[in-house]
Amino acid sequence: MSRGRFLLRRLTMLLASLLVASFVIFGSMYLAPGSALSALTGGRALPPASMAALQQRYHLNQPFLAQYWYWLANALHGNLGTSIEWRENVTTLMGGLAWTTAGLVLYASLIICVLGIGLGVLAGLRPGWVDTSTLVGTAVTAALPSFAAAMVLVAVFAVQLGWFPALGNGAGLLDNVRHLTLPAIALAISSLAIVARVTRAAVREEAGREHVQTAVSRGIPYRDIVRRHILRNAAIPITTITGITIASLIAVDAVVETAFSLNGLGAFLVKAAQDKDLAVVQGISLVLVIAFVVVNVIVDLLYAALDPRISLGTAPA
Amino acid sequence: MTAVTIRSFAAIRRPAGGRLAGIGAAGIISAAVIAVAALAAVFGPLIAPFNTTVPDTTLQFVGPGGGHLLGFDVEGRDVLSRLLAGAQSSMAGPLAVVVISLALGIALAVTSAWKRGAVDAGVSAGLDILFAFPGILLAVLATAVFGPGLTAASVALAIAYVPYVARVLRGAALKERSQPYVAALEVQGLSGPAICVKHIVPNMMSLVVAQATIMFGWAMVDLAAISFLGLGVQAPAPNWGVMISENAVGLQEGYPLPTLAAGACVVIVVIAFNVLGERLLSRAAQS
Repeated sequence: MSRGRFLLRRLTMLLASLLVASFVIFGSMYLAPGSALSALTGGRALPPASMAALQQRYHLNQPFLAQYWYWLANALHGNLGTSIEWRENVTTLMGGLAWTTAGLVLYASLIICVLGIGLGVLAGLRPGWVDTSTLVGTAVTAALPSFAAAMVLVAVFAVQLGWFPALGNGAGLLDNVRHLTLPAIALAISSLAIVARVTRAAVREEAGREHVQTAVSRGIPYRDIVRRHILRNAAIPITTITGITIASLIAVDAVVETAFSLNGLGAFLVKAAQDKDLAVVQGISLVLVIAFVVVNVIVDLLYAALDPRISLGTAPA
Repeated sequence: MTAVTIRSFAAIRRPAGGRLAGIGAAGIISAAVIAVAALAAVFGPLIAPFNTTVPDTTLQFVGPGGGHLLGFDVEGRDVLSRLLAGAQSSMAGPLAVVVISLALGIALAVTSAWKRGAVDAGVSAGLDILFAFPGILLAVLATAVFGPGLTAASVALAIAYVPYVARVLRGAALKERSQPYVAALEVQGLSGPAICVKHIVPNMMSLVVAQATIMFGWAMVDLAAISFLGLGVQAPAPNWGVMISENAVGLQEGYPLPTLAAGACVVIVVIAFNVLGERLLSRAAQS
C-alpha cells in the first residue's frame, strides 16, 4: 500500500466513523421518549395553526431520514439547534465553554507528555531505585479514577495547604491557569502513569538490543545513542499510548469538570443530560466525538510516519 | 479419620493450586481482595449493621465512635453500613458490563475469524467505527435518552467496550482457527458452529478470563464516574460512586473521611482487578 492510499483509506474511515456517529447521536435523540414538538413548546398547548407552523419550521412532519439530513446539514453549517433550557443557540452556548475544555485537555496532555514520557525514559535508562519507585508509584496511580484523584487533590492542595483554588474557572490568563492546575493533574494522573509504564518498557527493550550494545562498544557518546538509537526506536509504542490516552481524556473531561465545578463542555453535557436538554446533548456529543476521532486519526498518521512499514502494508515486528 | 482429612485437604488444594498457580503473591492477594468485595456485594446489604437510607441530620459528619467504625456521612447515616450495602450495585454494574460485552465480543471475534474474508473485513470496519464512541460519552448519551440509571449506563458501556474485547479475541480466534486440530475436526464432518462453540471458544477461555478481569476494573471506574456524575445509581440508594459525590462537601468542611473511604473502596478493588488481570494475561500468554 502506498502512502497516498494509506492516507486515503484512513480519511475514508474517518468520514464513515463521523457519519455513523452523527447518525447514532441524532437517532438516539429521535428515539428519546417525549415528542420533539412538546419539547419545543415547553409542554404548553398552542393553537393548531401555530403547532402546524412549528412542525413545518422544524421539519417535524417529515420522515426520519429527511429530519436527519436537515439536522446534519445545519450542523455542518455550524447550527446545532436551540437549547430548550437556555432558549439560546447551542453553538453560541458551546462557544463560550469550549475554551475551558480545550485548555484543560491541552494542559493535561502537556503534563502527560512531559512527566509521563520523561519519567518513563528516566526509569527505563536507570535500573535501580528510580526504576522501582516509578513502577510502584505508577501501579497505584494508574488505577486511580480521575474523580478520586480530584477528591484527594482538593483535600490536600486546596483545603489543607491552600496552594490552589478548589472550584471554579477564575478570571484572566494567569488565574485561569492556576484554577486549571488541579483539574489538569486529576485528569492526567492515571494516563500519566500508563504512559510512563509503557515508555519505560519500550526504552528498556530498545536499550537492551544488539545495535545499542554495538554502538556503546564503538564509543559513540551515550547521549547520541539514547537520542538516535533508543528513543527513535521506542518512539512508536510511546506515540501510540500517548495518543490513545490523550484521546481518552476527552471523555473523562466531563467527570473532572464536574468535580471542580468548571464551566466547560463536559460539565455542561452532564447537566444537559440530567435536564434532558437534547439539542445540547446532541451538539456536545457530536463535537466531543469529532475531537476523539480526529485525535485518533492523527495518532495513526504519526504512527505511519514513524514506522514506514505500516504504510507499506507489512506488519511491524 | 486422618485419611479422610488428608484426602479432603488434597481435594481442596489441587484445584486451587491449579487455578492460582503462576500468578504470584500479588496475584493471590488481589484475588483475595476481589473475593472479599464479591462477598460484600452478595451479603453486604444483609450484614450492614445500621439503616443505610434514613437520614439523621443531627449526626452529620460525626466522627467514628460507639460502634460506628467509620462515623457518619453528610446526612448522618452510618458510613460502614452504606459501604457494605453499596458494594452490591458497585459490583453488579461492572459484572453486567463484562458479561454483555464479552458475549458480544466473543460472538463477533469467533464469527469473523471463522468466516474470514468479507465478513471479517465488515466486522472490523464496524468495530473501528464503534471505537469513535468513548465509553463514558456513550453512557451519558444513553442516560440522556433513557433516563439516569444503572441499566442504561451499563448497557451503553458494554457496547462501547465491544471493539476492545473483539479485537483482542479475534487475534486469538484466528490463531486457534489455523491449528491442525480444527482442520482435523472439519475433515471429520463437524459443523463450523459446533467447532467454534465446543473447541475454539473453550480453548480461548484463559485469555477471555484475563480480559474479563481487566475489563471489570475499567467498568468499575467508568460506572463509579457515571454514578458520581449523578447519571447512574440514584441517591439515596447506597453506591460507592454516589457516596464519593454526595460526601464531597466534607472536603471543603475539613471532614474528608466518608468521601475518601468510598473512593478507597473503588481504588483498592480496581487495583486488585488490574493486578490480577495482568497476571492472568501473562499466564495466558505463556501457556
